[in-house]
Amino acid sequence: MKSQTETISLRKSLLKSKMKQTIADRELYLIMIPFILYYVFFVYRPMGGLQIAFKDYSVYRGINGSPWVGLKHFIAFFNSPYLYRLFRNTIIISGYGLLFGFPAPIILALLLNEVKNKGFKSVVQTCSYLPYFISAVVIAGIVTSFLAPTNGLINIIIEKFGGEKVYFLSKAEWFRTIYTTMGIWTGVGYSSIVYLAALSGIDMQLYEACTIDGGGKWKQVWHITLPGIMPTIITIFIISIGNILNVGYETIILLYQPATYETADVINSYVYRMGIENADYSLSTAVGMMNSVIGFILVMLANTISNKVNDTGLW
Amino acid sequence: MSAKAYIRKQADAKFKLLSSLCQITAKRVRDFINFCAAGFGGGMELIMKRTKGEAIFNVFNISILSVLAFLTIYPFIYVLAASLSEAKYINLGAVWFFPKGFTWDAYLKVLEREGLWTAYANSFFYMIVGTLVNLIVTISGAYPLSKKRLVGRRLFNLLVVFTMWFSAGMIPLYLTFRDYNLLNTRTSIIIGFACSAYCFILLRTYFSAIPEAMEEAAKIDGAGDLYVLFKIFLPLSFPSLATIGLFYAVSRWNGYLWSMILLTDDSKIPLQVVLKKLVVDMSGRMENIGFGREETNYSEETVMYATMVFSIIPMLVLYPFIQKYFVKGVMLGSVKG
Repeated sequence: MKSQTETISLRKSLLKSKMKQTIADRELYLIMIPFILYYVFFVYRPMGGLQIAFKDYSVYRGINGSPWVGLKHFIAFFNSPYLYRLFRNTIIISGYGLLFGFPAPIILALLLNEVKNKGFKSVVQTCSYLPYFISAVVIAGIVTSFLAPTNGLINIIIEKFGGEKVYFLSKAEWFRTIYTTMGIWTGVGYSSIVYLAALSGIDMQLYEACTIDGGGKWKQVWHITLPGIMPTIITIFIISIGNILNVGYETIILLYQPATYETADVINSYVYRMGIENADYSLSTAVGMMNSVIGFILVMLANTISNKVNDTGLW
Repeated sequence: MSAKAYIRKQADAKFKLLSSLCQITAKRVRDFINFCAAGFGGGMELIMKRTKGEAIFNVFNISILSVLAFLTIYPFIYVLAASLSEAKYINLGAVWFFPKGFTWDAYLKVLEREGLWTAYANSFFYMIVGTLVNLIVTISGAYPLSKKRLVGRRLFNLLVVFTMWFSAGMIPLYLTFRDYNLLNTRTSIIIGFACSAYCFILLRTYFSAIPEAMEEAAKIDGAGDLYVLFKIFLPLSFPSLATIGLFYAVSRWNGYLWSMILLTDDSKIPLQVVLKKLVVDMSGRMENIGFGREETNYSEETVMYATMVFSIIPMLVLYPFIQKYFVKGVMLGSVKG
């Protein structure tokens, strides 16, 4: 057992060596200045602006001049008729994304993995991740024009088959399908890369052993391939759950219209509309903050679970 | 691996960039020929397969993947064809793969359009200057924080990772820009989005993988940290720098939301915002587009398509590089999220 004085002098010398190291590394701290400046001014300082969620912020009075109103905006939001709609849409759209959009890259990776011809595999890959690198505006433009009521390709095909043209983007019941399909089209190729990487990490000998034991394709997939990429699948799945509230509003606001708010409006698109379009700053900040906090808790939970389940996490 | 071998490996990577563009194009051509051959020759190969079940599966597999490949690029083929077609054929729904009534009119209209060149130039400006700033800020953080000896390292890292999961939100950020008097300035776009935590982590990981022996050797010869960074680490990190550089370049070029929120002058907005206006105007006029101008060869629609083509071209140019660095970086990075 160390005596009091020994512990104190140990701490002192630790502090001293830390200070020495800091001075020796002064150039490193200098190098870090742009980085620190960015984070201080554009990431952390804005967090101070979150206080307007608890105030009746008015542009004229500024942040300090605006009065505190406590939880008024949060309560107003919880009592608003939109609350249920926003949560429901956010979770349903995320849910569809998970239900359809989560397996799709995995299946794609599995299929690609079975292709023997390198040229074919390469061409399919190149095509499949192209949409990911195209801007949301272009994608929204393509969706809008393909679904156009009079000349849109989809409607023309429908007419050729004898059906009636539909103005899809104005119909609330179509929005989620459109959005989910668009999401899959854009992301399936890119998301499959992670799984392909995981697949390439599976030991070839396992496959050979299975073949020797008389296992056919299905046995191989079930007993070797899937278990081999299961850690990756689980990790990504848990992260996706953690992100359930973060539906990509940038694309939604390009595609929605008042007629489709009933199914299209999600929490973040509401925050955008209230804040930027209606200048209802305090309300928008309150809702946004609530979303961020819940999202943060979900992600922390997700990571803890992932750690327990997998021995892997994000740090 | 020894320091020398490590340097040589990195130098090889650099020189490969020059020849890589030619190689990549040639490879793509070869791949495409293989792709076609797969259809014919693959058929023969399949019949020789071990079991009938496997052969059927392969046919099934190749069909699905071909359909997928087709579906992912077809919209772009359509956009290209439509941009080169006479408007009346679009209205009739006659355009599928090739332009009908070939005309450059839509492009001419785009080029004439008020403010388009400005927007295009703005996009390039934001992409190039923005990416440079991004790289500087990211390197400035990743390098020191990759050194285990740095006091306060864990704290800094924690503060950065925290921002990945929690951010101030749209309005507080907007108000911050306003407080700094940066509304409607190009500066706001350039420095306000200077670092992505994801890229920071990628680069920091890469830096920390470089053998400490290299730094020690330089330090013995009297080099300072700045010298070590510029003369040793940066040249060796080219693949990682290329990866995050491309990531930033793509984000900058494609980004529209904050440019739309922060910039009100038409002289400052980038191409994507112009395109957004076209798209939104289009969907606003959807009901009437059937009765578009009959006298001209172009229409609002074809002009929109032509603008889209303009905005996609730089991405297509970067695409081979994106494949080479970015995609590999994602595969090897094992940093998710």
